[in-house]
Amino acid sequence: MSAEDLTGAEITIRCLQEEGVDHIFGYPGGAVLFIYDELSKQDKVKHILVRHEQAAIHAADGYARSSKKPGVALVTSGPGVTNAITGIATAYMDSIPMVIISGQVPTHAIGLDAFQEVDTVGITRPCVKHNFLVKDITELAATIKKAFYICSTGRPGPVLVDIPKDISAEKFKFSYPTSVSMRSYNPINEEHPEQLKEAIRLIMGSKRPMVYAGGGVILGNATSQLTRFVQMLDFPCTNTLMGLGGYPATDKQFVGMLGMHGTYEANMAMQNCDVLIAVGARFDDRVIGNPKHFSNKDRKIIHIDIDPSSISKRVRVDVPIIGSVSNVLDGLIKILMANKEKPKQEELKSWWAQIDQWRARDCLKYDRKSTIIKPQMVIEKLYKVTKGDAFITSDVGQHQMWAAQFYKFDKPKRWINSGGLGTMGFGLPSAMGVQIANPKNAVACVTGEASIQMCIQELSTCKQYNLPLKIINLNNRYMGMVRQWQEFFHGNRYAESYVDALPDFVKLAESYGHVGMKIENPNDIEDALKEAFKLKDKLVFMDFITDQTENVFPMIPGGKGLSEMILV
Amino acid sequence: MENEAGALSRVAGLFSARGYNIESLTVAPTEDPTLSRMTLVTVGSDSVVEQITKQLNKLIDVVKVIDLSDGDHIECELMLVKVSALGKNRKEIKATTDIFCGRIVDTTDTSYIIELTGTCSKLDAFLDAMGHSTILETVRTGASGIGRGGRTLEVK
Ligand SMILES: Cc1cc2nc3c(=O)[nH]c(=O)nc-3n(C[C@H](O)[C@H](O)[C@H](O)COP(=O)(O)OP(=O)(O)OC[C@H]3O[C@@H](n4cnc5c(N)ncnc54)[C@H](O)[C@@H]3O)c2cc1C
Ligand SMILES: Cc1ncc(C[n+]2csc(CCOP(=O)(O)OP(=O)(O)O)c2C)c(N)n1
Ligand SMILES: [Mg+2]
Repeated sequence: MSAEDLTGAEITIRCLQEEGVDHIFGYPGGAVLFIYDELSKQDKVKHILVRHEQAAIHAADGYARSSKKPGVALVTSGPGVTNAITGIATAYMDSIPMVIISGQVPTHAIGLDAFQEVDTVGITRPCVKHNFLVKDITELAATIKKAFYICSTGRPGPVLVDIPKDISAEKFKFSYPTSVSMRSYNPINEEHPEQLKEAIRLIMGSKRPMVYAGGGVILGNATSQLTRFVQMLDFPCTNTLMGLGGYPATDKQFVGMLGMHGTYEANMAMQNCDVLIAVGARFDDRVIGNPKHFSNKDRKIIHIDIDPSSISKRVRVDVPIIGSVSNVLDGLIKILMANKEKPKQEELKSWWAQIDQWRARDCLKYDRKSTIIKPQMVIEKLYKVTKGDAFITSDVGQHQMWAAQFYKFDKPKRWINSGGLGTMGFGLPSAMGVQIANPKNAVACVTGEASIQMCIQELSTCKQYNLPLKIINLNNRYMGMVRQWQEFFHGNRYAESYVDALPDFVKLAESYGHVGMKIENPNDIEDALKEAFKLKDKLVFMDFITDQTENVFPMIPGGKGLSEMILV
Repeated sequence: MENEAGALSRVAGLFSARGYNIESLTVAPTEDPTLSRMTLVTVGSDSVVEQITKQLNKLIDVVKVIDLSDGDHIECELMLVKVSALGKNRKEIKATTDIFCGRIVDTTDTSYIIELTGTCSKLDAFLDAMGHSTILETVRTGASGIGRGGRTLEVK
């Protein structure tokens, strides 16, 4: 550990190096000029220049979701920060580990309505796990250390460090703390022998068990434990939208995603089970529908979550287990291994028979003979052509739901989407981060013609850094998800949901130096995808002209219960 | 909680963002100047109070949260009341103040300022006893609370 005097800007970069940060996503401006100056003098931390700060955050977010490292972004004060807010809130809602460094006006100017001043700590407070304003150069290194520690421990989340310009110019000895201890922050990781025993007792007594696993399994890198646990017991397993890939989708015990657009079998099993094991999932309103309807059925709930505030928030649970998914499942697996006893096999058999009946309803069927491209078919072909092994990011809307339903994720961290905030514009920039974290893998962005236009400027960033993304634009000329609600609940009045005056996406892609393709015939889908994925070093924008009237099924209307689905 | 700039607004922001009630809130540094102690009075069902406790604990600046009403505790609030005090009323006000163990800390020809401490309900009762027409101005600190006996809020 050295003890030379460094400027705040140098200290900031040295901290990032110490943390092993290889890429940061950002956009310069007055308040961060010293930091940019230092960035340019080294090459350990590579900077990716985006075209809008929202994209910097989404890219850092995609980087984090598809790797085991936090994402890092750098933005300037004032408008730099306000542009970043949507991205920060997106990461916050999905508990994504991220450090955002923002510039601030000099300390002596704070509070004086200085040029490009906003109260960054105040404006971001409700959408970060924590934030800091560094007012003293002596605290800079320790603060950045804390930011990395807080963002990635316990329930992860974005942490922002606001650095005034004078602090980045001032000098101080650099020494990076090797560890952090905070009396006010002790992410829980306790043992719960009694709770585990109680959970096992319920599991052994169950007749209609169900495992409901969410984003916590992905965030906690607990896929192998979950798979082992579910397979030891031969229980059915469903994933939330955020949990996809947490349990292999091609396995016979997987009943599909549950929730508003979940499968019939997953929702029926969730509603009718007698013992529910919730693993890193938060009983979201898009998942259980109307909580009163959900509680109508008698069932015992075991809930494993690292965040006590996720437990008994929307649904009262019987056996809360606070801890990381991996530790708790390891504990349960250990007991099960030592146990001779098995859950009630006869009852389990008839439960599976019931589930198979629900499965036979074939709730995801669609017209495969259509002469107009069905969006579902594009995803099925995408799955086939990429052999189920691509990283798929998505925007928000119908296309997102079809991607979730029809791409069978067998591995974690392959499905990258904005679930909690539902941020249109997330798909393309997050795919950039995914590609940078996984340079050798195929990365596709499934999007819609409305969503893609929210961060379309990033096609330029993709060109600059040669990011060979495959953009799958399911172009239905509608804000399809909005149109669907208007069709079902607003008397077919499609107020402002038609997407008019669309650009020629092929020419648009070409003008950025990429390849564009327009696909209008169902028979061409597969060949076009093959051709695109063969262009390994090119970004290909694939504009699929799809059926405008297609809807996402099943659907649980707002306020309805899990078993009250609209089916095809 | 940590005695840091912004800690208070994190708590206040949490309450407004999640739609919880704040009846009163007092905060000041403790014997350890790096720590502040806050007493917050809120109302809600058991499950709401449980969520509030969990959400407060989640704030990084919060070191420890206890629900004082879970056990024996002392609760105390300070109030200053300015009342109109004229003629024969002056004596009567003085008598009432004595009954409530309050003190008159300022007087003019026409008014008193009374200082009173106690539980919130005692202060409410005093205001009732004074009557609306007499009261010119009140200012209250909100309750501060502490556990009885061996029940201490410690920070390791
Ligand atoms: C258009 C649209 C439609 C949607 N439709 C659906 C739908 O049909 N079905 C659906 O499921 N969702 C749907 N969603 C997403 C939904 O809004 C929620 O984002 C999602 O359901 C939440 O997933 P989750 O419960 O897995 O929680 P997450 O948000 O992933 O939260 C993770 C939970 O795990 C905990 N956790 C984190 N790390 C750990 C760890 N290491 N150990 C233990 N616990 C941990 C956290 O504390 C948290 O409680 C939709 C979203 C959009 C935009
Ligand atoms: C930033 C933002 N604004 C508005 C919405 C509301 N919204 C949800 S889906 C959707 C339509 C998306 O249209 P498109 O991208 O074409 O996808 P499609 O549903 O047609 O597949 C809208 C407007 C949102 N989720 N995000
Ligand atoms: Mg559309």
